[in-house]
Amino acid sequence: DIDDVGHKYYLELELEDVLDKDRTVSCTAEVLYHLGSKTSAPDVQLTVQGELRSTEEADKEFYNRIRSLEKELVAENIPDSHGNVPPELEPIHLLAWVASGYVIWQNSTENTKFHLAQVKHVKQVKRNDEDLQFDFVLLLHEMVSQEVLPWEVTLLWHPQRGARVPQS
Amino acid sequence: QFSTGGSNRPAIWLDTGIHAREWITQATGVWTANKIAKEYGQDPSVTAILDSMDIFLEIVTNPDGFAFTHSSNRLWRKTRSINAGSRCVGVDPNRNWDAGFGGAGSSSNPCSEVYHGPHAHSEREVRAIVDFIRAHGNVKSVISIHSYSQMLLFPYGYRRAPAPDHQEMNELAKKAVSDLAAVFGTKYSYGSIANTIYMAGGTTIDWAYDSGVKYSFTLELRDSGRYGFLLPSSQIVPTATETWPALLDIMVHVLEHPY
Repeated sequence: DIDDVGHKYYLELELEDVLDKDRTVSCTAEVLYHLGSKTSAPDVQLTVQGELRSTEEADKEFYNRIRSLEKELVAENIPDSHGNVPPELEPIHLLAWVASGYVIWQNSTENTKFHLAQVKHVKQVKRNDEDLQFDFVLLLHEMVSQEVLPWEVTLLWHPQRGARVPQS
Repeated sequence: QFSTGGSNRPAIWLDTGIHAREWITQATGVWTANKIAKEYGQDPSVTAILDSMDIFLEIVTNPDGFAFTHSSNRLWRKTRSINAGSRCVGVDPNRNWDAGFGGAGSSSNPCSEVYHGPHAHSEREVRAIVDFIRAHGNVKSVISIHSYSQMLLFPYGYRRAPAPDHQEMNELAKKAVSDLAAVFGTKYSYGSIANTIYMAGGTTIDWAYDSGVKYSFTLELRDSGRYGFLLPSSQIVPTATETWPALLDIMVHVLEHPY
């Protein structure tokens, strides 16, 4: 407890690579939930102790594939009702996770627990610069209220520059 | 009903699919039904249980909700009752039981996913089970199966104070969870509903426990959030397979601790 400021949590985390189960990386984090403020996202500081594996090849392949599409990519219900994700949409699913991470961070309090339930809709938007742009409608499941909430979020991604949510 | 005869033998009640979108549960129910039937005469524990007890298993406990997840909204949770004066449909069947009804962790708003309903047992799906268990009079255990979160829970949800049988239930949960993990390494947490997941009034197992059914447990099956409700069907058999030893631990304990 920090008087007049909020609650600070010191965390030791182990990250598991979902795509490479034997690989774990330790991290430490400090999370500050601001007192009373429902409109302010918690402050997060993260230190990764170790190396994340390189995905340069796969990133490049995905980037080139999307850039060379004639028509913008559009997809819905990822995963489908039976939990299936077509292999070519798996990278989109992973980017949706990143986007959901942003939304969850922005909307978390000490009394919420969010997970990405499903990518309801995704639409690629072609850009003049080198970023890929995906406009998502994500369904987030909140554990305490059990609500499933739709959220629109745009994600920009570039193989070297990584992912970011543009501020509108 | 799984029975080798007798008359109104002590019974174990299992239900899956009370929440429509938790598809791994109905599927696990089907697998488990087959397992129980298959293991009688093969597995000593199952044989011992069914030689003196009955097992009741309700697989699609919320049929209207389940149908709706197929036809319209895969993420529907509640029943499909019409709520008078509201455009919102459905009552949370796991907040509709008469134990701490209307308390913390449930809502009086029909549009809420945890809407408790106009009164306890208003939902026919819930009433049917209440009536059955009351009329039977000899149910010794209720195990209500949900997803997701990977937890084994026992009463209470409607209050934080430990139930009188907390110690015994905690020990049994610890063993069950350990035997589950031994299959594929899947980690479950365990404890009372209120202390492990959240406060929730009007739950199935709180009602069962307060009605005298001592061994009342809720399971939250796979996963812990990666797929959530949309668990890939390739995980059905592994999930049911690992859950089985946990269920068996509870059922054996019930058999060996008559009351």
